[in-house]
Amino acid sequence: MMAVHQQHSAARPTDGLMPSGPAYREQVVARQRRGRLWAVIFQAAVLSGIIALCALLFNILNQSFGYVAIVNNIDPAELAIDGVPLNELTKDQLVGILEANVSAGLMRRYEHDMPFSQRSSENVHELILERVVEPQVQASWGLFESVFARGSIFVEAEERFPGSDVYFRSWLTTSFISKSQSSEPLRAGVRTAIFGSLWVVAITILFSFPIGVGAAIYLEEYAHKERLLNRLIQTNINNLAGVPSIIYGMLGLAIFVRILEAFTSGAIFGVGDQSTANGRTIISAGLTLGLLILPLIIINGQEAIRAVPSSLRQSGFGLGATHWQVIWHHVLPSALPGILTGTILATSRAIGETAPLVVVGASTFIALDPSGPFSKFTVLPIQIYQWTSRPQDEFRNLAAAAILVLLVLLLTMNASAVLLRNHFDRGQASAYRSIYKNDCCHKTSRSDRIRSN
Amino acid sequence: MNGTGRYAIESGSMSVFYGSFCAVRDVDMRVPTNKITAIIGPSGCGKSTVLRCFNRMNDLITNVRIEGEVLFQGQNIYDDSVDPVEVRRRIGMVFQKANPFPKTIYENVAWGTRINGFRGDMDEMVEKALRSAALWDEVKDKLQQSALGLSGGQQQRLCIARAIAVEPEIILMDEPASALDPIATLRIEDLMKELSEKYTIIVVTHNMQQAARISDFTAFFSVDENRTGNLIEFDETEKIFTNPSQKSTEDYITGRFG
Repeated sequence: MMAVHQQHSAARPTDGLMPSGPAYREQVVARQRRGRLWAVIFQAAVLSGIIALCALLFNILNQSFGYVAIVNNIDPAELAIDGVPLNELTKDQLVGILEANVSAGLMRRYEHDMPFSQRSSENVHELILERVVEPQVQASWGLFESVFARGSIFVEAEERFPGSDVYFRSWLTTSFISKSQSSEPLRAGVRTAIFGSLWVVAITILFSFPIGVGAAIYLEEYAHKERLLNRLIQTNINNLAGVPSIIYGMLGLAIFVRILEAFTSGAIFGVGDQSTANGRTIISAGLTLGLLILPLIIINGQEAIRAVPSSLRQSGFGLGATHWQVIWHHVLPSALPGILTGTILATSRAIGETAPLVVVGASTFIALDPSGPFSKFTVLPIQIYQWTSRPQDEFRNLAAAAILVLLVLLLTMNASAVLLRNHFDRGQASAYRSIYKNDCCHKTSRSDRIRSN
Repeated sequence: MNGTGRYAIESGSMSVFYGSFCAVRDVDMRVPTNKITAIIGPSGCGKSTVLRCFNRMNDLITNVRIEGEVLFQGQNIYDDSVDPVEVRRRIGMVFQKANPFPKTIYENVAWGTRINGFRGDMDEMVEKALRSAALWDEVKDKLQQSALGLSGGQQQRLCIARAIAVEPEIILMDEPASALDPIATLRIEDLMKELSEKYTIIVVTHNMQQAARISDFTAFFSVDENRTGNLIEFDETEKIFTNPSQKSTEDYITGRFG
């Protein structure tokens, strides 16, 4: 018995304790079942994400389109002359209608803003709609209701708002995009907010991209990684990426709006609008958001630079290149797709940021396009926030439409990130990566310690 | 300047430390000019470390300390007055794995000379370098294509062309053929023999037949119980392989290494 046992232990390390035969087969089935259970759980996780996304989209679309009940101050049909409807009248006839229905003072103001002789008939038509017809939204219904409960909408509208026009309205229209803010929901648009967002994001990128990439290069290529100061800096950058954005807002308020007011209001350049010269300008917002995404860009840039195979650096050094030549000619071109992708994703975050801009002082109601970095501004998320906090229901529809605009803007940016990466990847890093995919295993400890010469 | 002609590079009591760990201790090696010197030895004996000390490649690693001296044309390359960038141009390097730049074949060869301030006819220079590396005929029609499209052996020869383009005096090769098939290996070996007429070549190899085939001199390194590498014997290749003076060399050569 003893002899047999010893013989076994020499031949089989498991000493015959591994299940075999039917027991083993049963156990394999059980293991497989457990694996499938996990797969189902993960699928459910993905599914709940998709459901949440669909609910979000449904909610937005539901609010963006649907029936509205509108009551006009004066029925446009009454304004028709000799049976010719309002929108087919000549400009002179339109001016005549306008003159007959508004005060002489208002006419003088319009004449002063732009002489009627220069206005187009569409423009005059707009003025008539705005001042004479004065359509008022009495109620609006969601897309879901509008499709599935159409009949009851008409009944309800007839009961509650007799004489109202009920028609299907898309709140997201070209005029919604091309018009600026208005207190009338039917005439309000997001033009000012779109320009504001683009201005702010442009300044954010101009500020944070060079500084972020520069810091990433320094930290990855030059900084002595084991020095306490550099480790401290690195840890802090990582932590900064997780700081709530409202705190950046406070920082922006304290530094850009207050301390640097002379600069951010444009006063020292003599270009600031005196009425806004309090630092609550586009440049303050851009710099604040720049600070907000700076840690993201640095961390992302570092990762992209770290992913450049050390063999590429070594071959550069081996030819007698200086450290900067290696960085400029080899490291940066290879890291560029990653750096750009990260930057654009960080910018997408900046474009959707609301809280810090509330603190920095975005205007909630502004009808003038921003004229430069030193003008007052609003941005899309602020506009949406402002509309959702209005008492009238119709502004919720506007907010939903503005959310669609914001989503399209974000999707465009993310798509451009993908395109950019593919563009720079072609023939460059991707081929390199595939060749060197095993490179990381080769003498890792040594390449990990690579630093400046 | 004594002995400059005979010896391309000399190390005197050179020790290498990674932090407090001594990787290689007291290496005294005189590498003859325009010869091929092979460095052999078991894994972990510091062959590559020694090779990388000869052109200050180890400077790129943190926590490395080098003691002793390495004389190149009478000058200690670890002297404070010496810029490692200059050392690396004059002592080139070819790595274990072919690592061409992700650029065109032409640009791979041209880049090193351009950054070092070459002002002559670039096309001519590229052709000469590729001819010297026995690669010209294979790539002359596709100079503007990516170097990554070449085969492994061609890529390694491109790396050699790139290295000799900057006119080094010494070429260090770290297992240049270990990732190649036998035919590509043979071509690299032939190339090394050709190049040794103009350049001093130091090659690290795991392949003892290769060392015996191509080298004029051989250095045998071994590793002691502290995992520190030591130079056991350095002599003409023929002597090392037929009549080594050290027992451990003989054990290794004959495969009795434990």
